Amino acid sequence: MPRAFRKFETGPDAVNAGPLVVFDFEGRSITAAAGLSVAAALLVAGVIEFRSTPASGSKRGPYCMMGACFDCLVEIDARDNQQACMTLIRAGMQVRRMRGAAGVQVAPSVTSAADAPAACVQANDDD
Amino acid sequence: MLQLCNYSQQLMQHNANSTMRSGDGEIAVIGGGLVGMAVAYGLLRTGANVSVFDEDDTGLRASRGNFGLIWVQGKGAQMPNYARWSRRSAALWPEFAAELLEYSGRDVEISQPGGFIYCLNDAEAQASVARLQGLQDALDGDYPFEYLGHNQVREMVPEVGPDVIGATWFPEDGHVNPLYLLHALHVAFKARGGRLINGASVRAVTPHAGGFVVQHGHASTSGFARVVLCAGLGNAGLAPALGLDAPVKPNRGQILVTERLKQRLHFPSVTIRQVGEGAIQIGDSKEDVGFDDRTDAQMLAKLARRAISIYPFLRDVRMVRAWGALRVMSADGHPIYEQSTEFPGAAVATCHSGVTLAAVHALTLAPWLLGQSSPIAMETFSAARFSKI
Amino acid sequence: MRPQRVCKLTMMTDSLEGPEATPGPAIRRTADLVVIGAGPAGLAAAGTAAARGAKVLLLDEQPQVGGQIYRNIASSTAARNTVLGSDYVAGSRLLRALDEPGISYQPGAKVWQLTDQREVYYSVGTRATMCVATEVVIATGALERPMPFAGWTSPGVMTAGAAQIMLKSGLVPEHDIVLAGSGPLLLLLAVQLHRAGVNIRALVDTTPRQNRWRAAPFAPQALLGYDYLLKGLRLQRDFAATGIDHLRHANDLRAVGGDAISALEFSAGGVRRSIECELLLTHVGVVPNVQLTRSIRAEHEWHGVSQSWQPLLDHTGQCSVAGVSVAGDGAGIAGAEAAALAGELCAFGALARIGLLSASQGKRRIAQSSEGLRRLRAGRPFIEALFAPASEFLNPPDSVVICRCEEVTAGQLREHVALGCLGPNQAKAFSRCGMGPCQGRYCGLTVAQVIAAARGVTPQAVGYYRLRPPLKPVTLGELASLDEDDQVSSAAQVL
Repeated sequence: MPRAFRKFETGPDAVNAGPLVVFDFEGRSITAAAGLSVAAALLVAGVIEFRSTPASGSKRGPYCMMGACFDCLVEIDARDNQQACMTLIRAGMQVRRMRGAAGVQVAPSVTSAADAPAACVQANDDD
Repeated sequence: MLQLCNYSQQLMQHNANSTMRSGDGEIAVIGGGLVGMAVAYGLLRTGANVSVFDEDDTGLRASRGNFGLIWVQGKGAQMPNYARWSRRSAALWPEFAAELLEYSGRDVEISQPGGFIYCLNDAEAQASVARLQGLQDALDGDYPFEYLGHNQVREMVPEVGPDVIGATWFPEDGHVNPLYLLHALHVAFKARGGRLINGASVRAVTPHAGGFVVQHGHASTSGFARVVLCAGLGNAGLAPALGLDAPVKPNRGQILVTERLKQRLHFPSVTIRQVGEGAIQIGDSKEDVGFDDRTDAQMLAKLARRAISIYPFLRDVRMVRAWGALRVMSADGHPIYEQSTEFPGAAVATCHSGVTLAAVHALTLAPWLLGQSSPIAMETFSAARFSKI
Repeated sequence: MRPQRVCKLTMMTDSLEGPEATPGPAIRRTADLVVIGAGPAGLAAAGTAAARGAKVLLLDEQPQVGGQIYRNIASSTAARNTVLGSDYVAGSRLLRALDEPGISYQPGAKVWQLTDQREVYYSVGTRATMCVATEVVIATGALERPMPFAGWTSPGVMTAGAAQIMLKSGLVPEHDIVLAGSGPLLLLLAVQLHRAGVNIRALVDTTPRQNRWRAAPFAPQALLGYDYLLKGLRLQRDFAATGIDHLRHANDLRAVGGDAISALEFSAGGVRRSIECELLLTHVGVVPNVQLTRSIRAEHEWHGVSQSWQPLLDHTGQCSVAGVSVAGDGAGIAGAEAAALAGELCAFGALARIGLLSASQGKRRIAQSSEGLRRLRAGRPFIEALFAPASEFLNPPDSVVICRCEEVTAGQLREHVALGCLGPNQAKAFSRCGMGPCQGRYCGLTVAQVIAAARGVTPQAVGYYRLRPPLKPVTLGELASLDEDDQVSSAAQVL
């Protein structure tokens, strides 16, 4: 796959001279510098298409890289519609492209009130 | 398609002096929301000449905040005729949707699979059942609701959470896309020869020389043989000059909308439905806050919390937008339909269920405004009911 | 050598969350001053206020301070500083603000609601917090002006800002690329990428030919801020020295390709041309980010020269909502140095209102900052006019998508205008335009321009979207955690 972005420094200043993180993208193992966003890491790995839209299935990729355009949405660790440019990579992360609308998993069968997550939480008073 | 009637002051005077009958059968509908457009479309299809007056982009526009339900269940507990009126509309909706599709090319995504009112505790269940039972009695048994326990509901709706102890179900309930509906009405209205005059509020409608003068914008006036007020909250101010009464007040409902999801909720409930594009809409509140259509985080938090109790999967779903809309609310929450006896040819039509009633507004109310009879006793909806002690 | 200084990222109090906050009950807190945005304006405001005893909560959605212009400055390297230039490096002085003990700095904070009672709702991870502030300074900066053209939504088309963000992480485009658009930031990016060894096939410059006449009347005023102009001239010279092919007065842009861009087509010098590229970086100016100020219904005014909206502010930087001020590019594009000054000015105004600064001290400080700002802003109208966007990006052809989120085209919007749609809010209702997660950030201005042109009125007359919280999507769980009641509420039952 052609690389879309690369580091421009060499030696100890290079972005990948520090700690590295290994994560998974659709079954492919990607190694990238800690501190990079998922979007940046995918771009370095040559991925520029991150999703297809719910409305028409058109292909989209990162556009603004600053969390404003919402075009870089990917699935991260089974959570849909995460902004790749606003999420830092983490070891063992599972990233997949978003294909259309989010499809939320039904929680494992909750059959009794005892199993249910707390329906209400009390606000804490701080300060 | 913007036809602005611009008359100079002199011309106004001249026209005011001459007959105001600028064409027999010329009807003005004041208000281009769901009620106004449905009424206007209904008038147009009888062969009348119809002009709709609509304001500018910043108007309050209850229609923009409509939830989109075609809802019968529970309505009219204090006024059985309203229950009959709503049921009639639900029954007319399929043919109305088909006609809109034909004339606008726009599919309004109507779906009438039946709907639920979820109950999270015994008190809610008892109240809902009592209400519907009362309606069934008032309608001589012709009111096919059911109460379903948790497991029965779960069979139909696997997503419900354990907090849902049961639900009342009504087979005639459904939903539609309210924005597509408004769009379709505009297109169909225009396609069938209707005229839209917008960009400025109507300041006054006054009787003149056997007809009516509509003052809109800064200096424009237009003359009509008949006029129907469908201006939502604006009706209160416009009605008296026409010998009518429209005591309506704003009542705020807040709605939150999620990101698009794959289709999974096939039945609407009174506060949660999934729209065609996949977003889930969650309502609703009932707040007396005057003309404040903002949202507040506390209320949205309550709506979110109740929604999660009903559908636990919503906990991880994102809200993408929220809004507050002002319902056009009469004192008893039921519509006001009235023809002026003091100034024949003037009428008012207002309600807060512009989607449910769109079909009956177009196919029954509009003909009634032109003198045809209605199968439901319309005097129940007169504003005179408010002055009874 | 990587500098030793690392951005202060940690919990200053127990109530601040780390970047991976676990879900839990909503947190409530208070502060004298909440500063939203940790770019130059926010850092300056926070530091100035804290130095005089205010308890400050500094919120920013990124993991490090710096905003966009000084992104990653705390962890920058010598090589990056050389590529990015001296203006970038100068920003590191602002990091000193974080030394102030009175500042609670919360990175990774997504502000999703601000009320006119100065309640700030934000989330870190999926943990929601509501902070009630005596004063708020909004320092959320600018956005790139939307630049719609055929094919702009294709993968491989990104903004100049996106490329600068990558630069600040030490990354540059791999292959030969093309730059397209107009404005000093585009030239700056070209110079920076060139320094970093990137081959730029061309800079396709869409600056309209007539702009030099439009800009001429503003030139005398610009001389008051002559150092700003000098900087511009230096930039022009540096760009010329790169030897990059500068194709001027280009128009009719089209990004072609299947699943991703493969070439940019355009017309220049009367000839239709095409340049192959796998990455296209576009830019046609920056505009104030008005999301927060719009959401609290602050008053805004339309600026014809810069073709954008700005919040109306008094001389202390306060907008029409009491206790809420706006500092930096969000109040009007003027650059990083002006942003820092404006941050100070707003802080002085807030301090005076809180009572941590006497009225006379406040007045003096504000006057000082204002004087500096006047000088720094003097050159802006000239620059805005000189690089005013070509009309094809303000009023694109029918087939061009103008709402990226909902995929609505300019032609569809024009049909709605013909149906009677008068403004952006009706457009939303008719077409879903503006209803997506970006909340109009990348379509609001275009929608106003298209409707204005179709109706024959000014964008000012057309107006803007009614914005409402949430300003960024927030989970229902986060939202629900803010409910203070013991019981789940019953349905309103409005039937």
